[in-house]
Amino acid sequence: MRVGLFVTCVNDALYPRTGIAVVKLLERLGVEVGFPAGQTCCGQPQFNTGYRRETEPLVRRYDREFAPYDYVVTPSGSCAAMVRDNYPRIGRKAAAEHRGHELADAAARSVPKTYELTEFLVDVLGVVDVGAYFPHSVTYHPSCHGLRMLGLGDRPRRLLDAVRGLELRELEGAEECCGFGGTFAVKNADVSAAMGEDKVRNAVSTGADVLCGADNSCLMHIGGILRRQDAPLRALHLAEILASTEEEPHA
Amino acid sequence: MSGTYLGMPSFPKAAREAVHNETLRGNLRHATHTIRDKRAKAVAELADWAQLREAGKQIKDRTLRHLDEYLVQLEESVTAAGGTVHWAADGDEANRIVAGLVKATGEREVVKVKSMATQEIGLNEALEAEGIAAYETDLAELIVQLGEDRPSHILVPAIHRNRGEIREIFARTMSEWGRPAPEGLTDSPAELAEAARLHLREKFLRAKVGISGANFMVAETGTLVVVESEGNGRMCLTLPETLISVVGIEKIVPTWQDLEVFLQTLPRSSTAERMNPYTSTWTGTTDADGPQDFHLVLLDNGRTATLADEVGRQALRCIRCSACLNVCPVYERAGGHAYGSVYPGPIGAILSPQLRGTESEIDASLPYASSLCGACYDVCPVAIDIPEVLVHLRERVAGQGGRGHRLEKAAMKAAGWVLNHPAALAAGERAASRTRGLHPKRLPGAAAWTDSRDLPELPPEPFRDWWKKNRT
Ligand code: SF4
Repeated sequence: MRVGLFVTCVNDALYPRTGIAVVKLLERLGVEVGFPAGQTCCGQPQFNTGYRRETEPLVRRYDREFAPYDYVVTPSGSCAAMVRDNYPRIGRKAAAEHRGHELADAAARSVPKTYELTEFLVDVLGVVDVGAYFPHSVTYHPSCHGLRMLGLGDRPRRLLDAVRGLELRELEGAEECCGFGGTFAVKNADVSAAMGEDKVRNAVSTGADVLCGADNSCLMHIGGILRRQDAPLRALHLAEILASTEEEPHA
Repeated sequence: MSGTYLGMPSFPKAAREAVHNETLRGNLRHATHTIRDKRAKAVAELADWAQLREAGKQIKDRTLRHLDEYLVQLEESVTAAGGTVHWAADGDEANRIVAGLVKATGEREVVKVKSMATQEIGLNEALEAEGIAAYETDLAELIVQLGEDRPSHILVPAIHRNRGEIREIFARTMSEWGRPAPEGLTDSPAELAEAARLHLREKFLRAKVGISGANFMVAETGTLVVVESEGNGRMCLTLPETLISVVGIEKIVPTWQDLEVFLQTLPRSSTAERMNPYTSTWTGTTDADGPQDFHLVLLDNGRTATLADEVGRQALRCIRCSACLNVCPVYERAGGHAYGSVYPGPIGAILSPQLRGTESEIDASLPYASSLCGACYDVCPVAIDIPEVLVHLRERVAGQGGRGHRLEKAAMKAAGWVLNHPAALAAGERAASRTRGLHPKRLPGAAAWTDSRDLPELPPEPFRDWWKKNRT
């Protein structure tokens, strides 16, 4: 099984620890991980802001870079959703504009092998207990794209439930959007901040040490509010919790 | 659409005020959360919800594909049943037709059934300009009218008002419109409802002309259908001598059998009821029973243009249940008025820019009034993929250029180049990481972000450098 890591641009530049955690976690589970250096970004920021044509080179690039792999794994629900839901749309629209089927074919190759991390662990590797140890109280925020576009369901929670030492706390209004939404956070800053502040209020009231999620872009927004408010909990990507063990605990 | 909204500021500007209005946010939060929880229970009762949703979608899509044929069939059935059909290309034409019909009766006042279509075209204001008083009879619509306010929700136009505010509006204004509110009116729901009942009764018994919209029109028989909770609509549909219905052309269903699907999905999605308390149907005229003169005004007002857009046309499936408003986190904070239209919330964000075009400031901003969280698509009983249409319309807005978008396009192009040259991207990331001590936490340029959030700290090295050092 050849697995390529799609680390995503946000993780590459801002959250390398998440990428490192995925590599260590997958290797611990016996998976050989590759990282094609020509990868960049899934194109979601451009696509969702209305610049579809600008994302086309990235659809081609994704297809080309991951061609040698059986699976692509990414620690980002929204980037996985971009590939699975929007690459085919980009392909269809290009074909409808009489520009051939090349993009549609690239999408058709990319979609079936692209997995969000928790899907890959549960559905492909068939593991729920990944041998992690994380002695903290944790509350989980399911990001919208993972929740609704990918339908991750209870996979992340089942993985967290199996972590030794971890105490999972219910988050009120868990399924409500945190207000990030890519450029929405800038274009509609007031509404975005109001949504984020409500999310933070609910997270703080759980009394947990850690707010965990499977998408660093949402965590960047929530974490930014947490830090601004000096809130007593920190945002952390799920992969870093799953990578943490007794021998090598999360720092 | 209604002139009331002309010159509205963009959504972000209009929303800012609402976001900081604690009373408004409290009212909206309470109302939307209550109804959304009830809806979820009502929907969960049906084992075949997914099939009903799919059926509703299919019926609407098939009807829209053959809309021209069904409209002709409808006109024939209505005419055969003794009614008269009028065609209106836009709001002005519809208003002219209705005003003319009212004037022909010699009347100076009309009672109205709650209707989105007549709000869309600003009918009340148009009639007023002709010296005709239009009285809203739906309770929430009455509150909005008496309060000289604008509706902020499809189903509950006064959702932004609490009981105390409603009591104050009734006590202050009812006397100007007819029967005054009873002395010593309190804010108990029963007393408020009774005050409205007494006030409206006078109007029902006097009015000679009724004006309605319709939830559905059945092509095979020319029947119109209104579903409601209060029964006030039924009074307006049966008591007056003349009935004028103004209906958007997309409201057709081919047969009575098709109604079966929507009469299950609409009430559960909108009021979380298994069935609407009142379902009224009327077909043309009947001797010595109900209105003796019936007119149907078929309204286009941007609908055929919407139909021509392959992605955007799904907005015409909408049955105005308002479920998408009640789950929308943006609507909950921004309130209905910020959407600058009688159609607020997620459906408004895709419908208004299609019906009106994307030229005005407000219409160009509406496709961006969403975090694309997808909650609206999940609840929509006719499976309108609202996020898909939003992104589709963003493409249209970004393409037309205009304020802000030229800079944005240049930035997107530059980013696009970097993202297609991994070496340049890696160099940029590396440079940023090395100079990370110099990056201030609150960037002046990134004000919109850093007003309420800190920027993340830059890591010592990007992932790709870690990989190079440790795995190759
Ligand atoms: S878009 Fe769907 S959920 Fe929203 S009002 Fe229309 S039918 Fe209801």
